[in-house]
Amino acid sequence: MVQITLPKNSQIKQGKVWPKPEGATNLREYRVYRWSPDDTENPRVDTYYVDMDDCGPMVLDALIWIKNKIDPTLTFRRSCREGICGSCAMNIDGANTLACTKGMDEIKGAVKVYPLPHMPVVKDLVPDLSVPYAQLSSIEPWLHTETPEPATEWRQSREDRAKLDGLYECILCFCCQTACPSYWWNGERYLGPAVLLQAYRWLIDSRDEATGERLDKLEDPFRLYRCHTIMNCTQTCPKGLNPAKAIAEIKKMMVERRV
Amino acid sequence: MADMRTPLNRVRGLGAARGGTEHFWRQRLTAVSNLPLILFFMGFVMAYSGAPFEEVRAAIASPVVALLIGFAFVSVLYHMRLGMQVIIEDYVHDQGWKVALIILNTFFPIVVGAIALLSLLKIVFGA
Repeated sequence: MVQITLPKNSQIKQGKVWPKPEGATNLREYRVYRWSPDDTENPRVDTYYVDMDDCGPMVLDALIWIKNKIDPTLTFRRSCREGICGSCAMNIDGANTLACTKGMDEIKGAVKVYPLPHMPVVKDLVPDLSVPYAQLSSIEPWLHTETPEPATEWRQSREDRAKLDGLYECILCFCCQTACPSYWWNGERYLGPAVLLQAYRWLIDSRDEATGERLDKLEDPFRLYRCHTIMNCTQTCPKGLNPAKAIAEIKKMMVERRV
Repeated sequence: MADMRTPLNRVRGLGAARGGTEHFWRQRLTAVSNLPLILFFMGFVMAYSGAPFEEVRAAIASPVVALLIGFAFVSVLYHMRLGMQVIIEDYVHDQGWKVALIILNTFFPIVVGAIALLSLLKIVFGA
């Protein structure tokens, strides 16, 4: 059965309250999830105070500030700091988003930061995404063709190219994937919103010649039909995309090829 | 015990079942048929609430009413079976329990439906 409560060794304890930076007047409270694989301690939530006069406006700025100025052991992924790499996806103020594009001014009170939900934790804010990555590679997200390759490029009309808008922008941060309750319950069998959005991106690409085979691989009560249009994916997407609609379009294609 | 299989192995599992679309389509189909049938049934129950037994019985015995109520039973029970199966698949992960519940979930609406339809037939053709 689905497990509603956390196992004993995953229950979150109150952690350390780090001292306020000396002389700072403009402080912002941060409550950050901490867990280390190197000891047997339960996860805990540490409290930090960030000097806003010395720190940028985004949540990622504050996390970097904490790591540089207070606690170098705080572990998180980040790279581009401008919402295009997807590395700093985490649960901020109760919703999955990118730390680098989430402004602190959007949050009231203490800023609560947790790793992406329902994924194994590697350390602190770093989730183990090897299952979603494997799911992505299982749908073979690249162009499949049998026609001999043209001398220049595979041509596509402007109308067909426009069909990829709202899909190609996905940065694979897996905010939607880990916000989906259906994915929480059946994460290894349900492909999840991020992977299905990618699948649809190749299904409607006019240059791809494997549409039928792609649909065959998706036609499964678990891989596709675990989507119950809960819409958490669309609500949480930091890039404003609509994975739920992409999944609905795949279901329409499934019906279309038999009705 | 640690799972030593690769993530790709776990994700590919037993492969795609090449099914589920029929289930999805029939759930939508019965949702469409449920709407007018349930509205009719509710209207019927409200119109005849408080009416004497013989009058209600005679009303149900009329062929159009009996047919619509019969369709409503079949449509609702089939829809219920399809929906319940999804819930079982969502939340019950133990293979033994899952199969047992899916079997029960198939038998239950058949039994309920048979009783309901037999009762309708008795009212229509009964003395």
